[in-house]
Amino acid sequence: MLSAGFILLLSAAYLGLLFAVARFGDARADAGRSIITANVYALSLAVYCTSWTFYGSVGRATSGGLSFLTIYIGPTLMLLFVGVIIKMIRISKAQRITSIADFIASRYGKSQLLAGLVTVIAVIGVVPYIALQLKAVSASLEVLLDHSGASFMPPMFDSTFVIAALLAVFTILFGTRHLDATERHEGMVAAIAFESVVKLLAFLAVGLFVTYGMFGGFSELFQRAAAAPELARLLQLDSSRSGTWTALILLSGLAIIFLPRQFQIIVVENVDESHVRRAVWLFPLYLVLINIFVLPLALGGLLHFQGQSFNPDTFVLTLPLSRGAEALALLVFIGGLSAATGMVIVETIALSTMVCNDLVMPWLLRLRWFGVSERRDLSGILLGIRRAAIVLILLLGYIYFRAAGEAYALVGIGLISFAAVAQFAPAMFGGMYWKQGTRAGAVAGLLGGFAVWLYTLLLPSFARSGWIDPGFVEQGLWGIGALKAQALFGLSGLDEISHSLWWSLFANIGLYVLVSLNSRPEALEAGQAERFVDVFRHGERGSDARLWRGTASVDELVSLLERFLGPLRARQQLATFAAAHGAADWKALPADAEFVRFAEAQLSGAIGSASARVMVASVAREESLGLDEVFDILDEATQVRAYSRELEIKSRELEAATAELREANERLRELDRMKDDFISTVTHELRTPLTSIRAFSEMLHEDPELDLADRTRFLGIIVNEAERLTRLINQILDMAKLESGRAEWTAADVDLGEVAREAMASLEQLFRDKGVALESEIPAHGPVVLADRDRMTQVMINLLSNAVKFVPGATGRVKVRVKADGRQVRVEVEDNGPGLSAEECLVIFEKFRQGGNAMTDKPQGTGLGLPISRQIVEYFGGNLWVESRPGAGARFIFTVPLPAPEKITGET
Amino acid sequence: MKRGNPLRQRLAALGLLGIPLLTYPLLSLPSGSWNGIPASFLYLFGVWTLLVVLAAGVAERRGK
Repeated sequence: MLSAGFILLLSAAYLGLLFAVARFGDARADAGRSIITANVYALSLAVYCTSWTFYGSVGRATSGGLSFLTIYIGPTLMLLFVGVIIKMIRISKAQRITSIADFIASRYGKSQLLAGLVTVIAVIGVVPYIALQLKAVSASLEVLLDHSGASFMPPMFDSTFVIAALLAVFTILFGTRHLDATERHEGMVAAIAFESVVKLLAFLAVGLFVTYGMFGGFSELFQRAAAAPELARLLQLDSSRSGTWTALILLSGLAIIFLPRQFQIIVVENVDESHVRRAVWLFPLYLVLINIFVLPLALGGLLHFQGQSFNPDTFVLTLPLSRGAEALALLVFIGGLSAATGMVIVETIALSTMVCNDLVMPWLLRLRWFGVSERRDLSGILLGIRRAAIVLILLLGYIYFRAAGEAYALVGIGLISFAAVAQFAPAMFGGMYWKQGTRAGAVAGLLGGFAVWLYTLLLPSFARSGWIDPGFVEQGLWGIGALKAQALFGLSGLDEISHSLWWSLFANIGLYVLVSLNSRPEALEAGQAERFVDVFRHGERGSDARLWRGTASVDELVSLLERFLGPLRARQQLATFAAAHGAADWKALPADAEFVRFAEAQLSGAIGSASARVMVASVAREESLGLDEVFDILDEATQVRAYSRELEIKSRELEAATAELREANERLRELDRMKDDFISTVTHELRTPLTSIRAFSEMLHEDPELDLADRTRFLGIIVNEAERLTRLINQILDMAKLESGRAEWTAADVDLGEVAREAMASLEQLFRDKGVALESEIPAHGPVVLADRDRMTQVMINLLSNAVKFVPGATGRVKVRVKADGRQVRVEVEDNGPGLSAEECLVIFEKFRQGGNAMTDKPQGTGLGLPISRQIVEYFGGNLWVESRPGAGARFIFTVPLPAPEKITGET
Repeated sequence: MKRGNPLRQRLAALGLLGIPLLTYPLLSLPSGSWNGIPASFLYLFGVWTLLVVLAAGVAERRGK
């Protein structure tokens, strides 16, 4: 019992509900409490699923089996490359981008030509897609009405035209209520998310009904299909069509981000980058769910309507109706209407923004009679243009539907649109990742790709319905076989979509790259390229403001803003901007580069970047920056970063070098001081004996009367002092030789025990004179080391004579010990003298340091013996040190390593 | 300088894994049927669902 009136009422009620959701979303957004959560964002992406998905997929599955899935696998894979999407969002936010045309135009130097070109391609490309929606809604309506035998409209009206008109009105109500600087429509996004849920539920409901209600579930359905020979092939993947499979995945992967409505939803309507993280899996999950029942529905329809005439695109309606499930059919109709409406709303809003900003406005701004500069408030005109654009686009959709719609199934029409928007891919990807891409390249690529698409896909679709002569498809243009529209240059064996896609992308990419490489970007273009490609590296503001130089007046810019945004909105934005810059009133702001940039950004939101640039340029006198200058500024920014890093490294290196230098300097100074000390000490040491020699000589010389005893005593002193002087000079020379490494060494086997005994023997008299006991603990033979015998004797004598000097007479005792362990010989000379403090233990090895108190005691040695001895021992690889405590005697120890034991060489 | 966001890289890796799994020639591997349901149908939806589940796991792992 479905009357036309009831269907109409239900549809109106549903659209009213959508509208209410949208108003609610807008109200919440105005109140600052956005209802756009990550889930809402992810669901709104499902605007991708249109009537095509809802009705068309089933139709496609009846002829192509599982190949309909490519359209949903492509987006799943594309979304996983989340970096690309985040980059698009980041760039769009930084540049205030409102559409895909704006994106491409802005990247290539805010070019009005490119903006217009992209808009034209998008409108022409998407028109078939809108026609698809009209066709689907009208077909579904027809099915319902046929069923009830009622008539919806008086016969003079065309129901499709009425649907198009209603959709236009609804879209206008929806999307162009006010002019937002960011072109964001939160209410619309909320409504789309809502309708996405409705269409999913409706589709699942009919899927379950058919699979489990009409048939006995998946297994039975598939088994019955497998039994029918003409259906069995739908169950298997046809690997001979693998090229088409890949092409469709590529095509849909590009469509998910480059269709104007998808760009609108994913990029422009994104309020928070982190929402993408949810969308990356929730939206594909939605796609999986909405596709599970497609093949069962197709098979069910084919089995059920075997032998009758049917339209597979409307199986989702006709199947429940054939079982009298009218309520379910109504739900499905609402789901389909929902899918179509959602698509039409978002698509036409996105396209109308592009048409207004990138096509009509630039043209109006150039017309003198229009008098842009005289009009006080242009925001009303902008809205008017957008509304007209919406009507126009739907009208074009209707015309296409009439011209070519009958010849194609739903999916066939949609794919034509996909192939058109795929043309944006080279300019978009190149623009985001390749700084070298130029405007000339982008224009050439887009024109080339679009022309090929037009010739190989769109025009043949008209030819098929007989609108134009199909000669260029069948025989080739002017009868040239190589120019056959769907077998270009003889490329055949592909379906028409893959054929068009490969040729158009080939032309597009080829031209884009070749022309880019052979053209030079303008200054503005180079700056934009840098900002797009390096968007993650540039801060939100950073060097941007520096790329503008000139003079402007605040008043003129403000009046510009008021004219395009409306006075109220302009003042709001100005107040926000002033507050962010710590100024109480915008009138106090300077008309500097940042303010100009702000004004341009606000205008971009309303009229697109290309037009905004023209408008700002009309009131601000900008000094043109040359290309080189722009590069310099941009390079400066990168270079400053590089330099500062380099500088940091250099300064650290410098610090290290300075520290090293300071240390070396310290060492040098120390050495210098030591040299000075040495010389003064040597001089002093030499002068002491000289002075006494001279004094006594003078006395002998001046006083001839001196008695013999005195004379003999004086001469004895002179002889002693002369000997000491000689010894001193010898030792100084010895020391110098040792230190400079010019000393002559002989190396032979030396029995250290024997050396010790000889040294003791040679000093025996000295010990006896002083009454000092000399003891020894020396093995009878050995140990034998490799050394210089005379030098070793010198060390031994030195240590012994030191010891005898410091021990007290009569009670003094000196003990010599020689012993060897596995690796070295250890020689000790121990005395019971006054001992040394810890400090003295170290300094006595310095040159000219005498034991005892140098101030009171008469020097008893030269002060070179120990340093020389240490040099000798160390030369042979040993050590010389002293162990002592004050009052406990001293023990001088030196070691000499034993020669390595000879290896036993072999058994023979 | 921010480089190599791990989340983006993991998801992209899933994408790169998914491309060969969901295109020919690997797609021609499943044959026959299971419980009446064609293997190709099960394979496509199985791999696809698995990708979605893995992506969800990666994307939601560290909360917000």
